[in-house]
Amino acid sequence: MITKRIIPCLDVKEDKVVKGVKFKNHKIVGSILDLAEKYSDDGADELVFYDISASTKGAIVNRDWVSRIAEVINIPFCVAGGIKTLDDAREILNLGADKISINTPALDNPKLIKQLSNEFGSQCVVIGMDVKIIDNKAYLFAKTGSEKTAYSTDILATDWIVKVQELGAGEVVVNAMGQDGVKNGYDIELLQSLESKCSIPMIASGGAGGPDDFINVFNQTDVDGALAASIFHRNEFSVGQIKEALKANKINVRI
Amino acid sequence: MTVAIIDCGGANLRSVQRAVELRNMKTIITNDRNVVSNASFVILPGVGSANSVMNNLITNNLVPTIKNLTQPVLGICIGMHVLFDHSEEHDTECMGIIAGNIKKFKADINTKVPQMGWNKVTFINSCEDKLNDHYYFANSYYSPIYDHTLAAADYNLPYSAAVQTNNYYGCQFHPEKSSQAGQRFLDYFFNSNEDITRY
Repeated sequence: MITKRIIPCLDVKEDKVVKGVKFKNHKIVGSILDLAEKYSDDGADELVFYDISASTKGAIVNRDWVSRIAEVINIPFCVAGGIKTLDDAREILNLGADKISINTPALDNPKLIKQLSNEFGSQCVVIGMDVKIIDNKAYLFAKTGSEKTAYSTDILATDWIVKVQELGAGEVVVNAMGQDGVKNGYDIELLQSLESKCSIPMIASGGAGGPDDFINVFNQTDVDGALAASIFHRNEFSVGQIKEALKANKINVRI
Repeated sequence: MTVAIIDCGGANLRSVQRAVELRNMKTIITNDRNVVSNASFVILPGVGSANSVMNNLITNNLVPTIKNLTQPVLGICIGMHVLFDHSEEHDTECMGIIAGNIKKFKADINTKVPQMGWNKVTFINSCEDKLNDHYYFANSYYSPIYDHTLAAADYNLPYSAAVQTNNYYGCQFHPEKSSQAGQRFLDYFFNSNEDITRY
C-alpha cells in the first residue's frame, strides 16, 4: 500500500528560505537549493515551496529557482505562490515542478481549479487551505503570505473542501494557521472534522514539533501526509529520524 | 545513443530529460518523426490527460511513427496509458500497441483518488528482484494486471506498475521522480536492448 508522506515545506522570500511564527517575523534559514538537496537526501517524500513574496505582492513566482530545484532533486515537488492562470501553471510544470498549489486565486476564481485539472490532470492541482478557527468555526483565509495582507473570507473549510473536489482538485493541504510555527502538534480536531468530506489526498500542516506529533496525526486522522518546516529548518529532527519513529510505531513509511 | 523524449505538451519534460542525462545518455526533446524514428530509445512522458496527449500525437502525425518503432520505447504514466487500446479518461481511443484498457480508480472510504505518493512495487520476474522498491505515483487511472504486466503494486486492488509488450515498456510510476529506485529502473530500460529478443 501507499506510504504516509513526510513533506518539508520551504517558505521562499526573495530567493531565500525563510520561516516565521504564525505567519509573521520571517527569518532567513538558508539557501533554497542547499535545503532542497539536504531534505531529499534525508528521505523526504516530497517538497513544497511557497513563494510568500509572490502571492502578497501580486507577482508571479520567480521561475529561475524552480528550474534549479528540478536540477538538484529527483523527488516530486510542488510550487505555490501567485499562480493565477493556466499559462503560469504550464510554465512552472514544464520547468520540472510536479504540482502547483493555489490558495487565494482559487478563492477569487474557483473555476480556475476546473481549468487547471482539465488541462494538466487533477494530480497536478493542490489546493492550499489556510484555516483559522473563529468562534468555533473554521474559516478560510486569503493572502496569507504576510500578516499585513491576510484576511478572513466568509467561506467555511467544510464547504470549501467539498467544492474544490467537485471542481477537480487532486489534493488539499490543510494548514491550521493558529498552529503555524508554534510546534505544539497538528490540529487533530480540525483534520478530523474535514476527513469524512475528503476523498482526495489530504495533507496536515501547521504545528509539528517532534516525532510524537507525526505519530499522533497519522494514528488519529486519515491524512496522507504531514508537512513541517521549523523542526527541519532548525535541525531539531531530520526527516529520517521522524520516519524511523513512525516505522517503530507501525506506520507505513518509505525508508 | 540518443534518447528522443516526445513533447506531448504539459509534461514535466525537463525532469525526464535530466533523469535520462544522469544516466549518461544524450537527449533530445522533439516532435519530429524522423528524429523519433532514428533515436536509440524513445520516451513518451506523461503529465496531463490521455486525450490531450493523444491529440498532441495525432496533430504531430506521430501515431504511425510510434507504432512502427523497433527500438525500446518507454511510456511514463499517461505516456503508458496511450500505448494501450483505450483509456476511461475522457473515453479516449489510444494507440493500441499494448493490449488492454486503462481504468479509473473508484474512490471509497479506503481509496483516495488520485493515488498520490510512494507505493511498493514488486516485479513479477524474480530476475528483476533488485528493482523491487518504493516508486512515486500520481494517478487516477490504472492498468489492471495483464499477462504483459512486468511489475505490480497495490492500491486496494492490484494493478500494473509496469508493463511490457515486445520493445514497448510502460511504467505507471514516475521514474524521474522516484529517487534512486527510479534511476535503477531507467538503467534497466536502457539495458533492455540486449535481451529484448527473449520476449
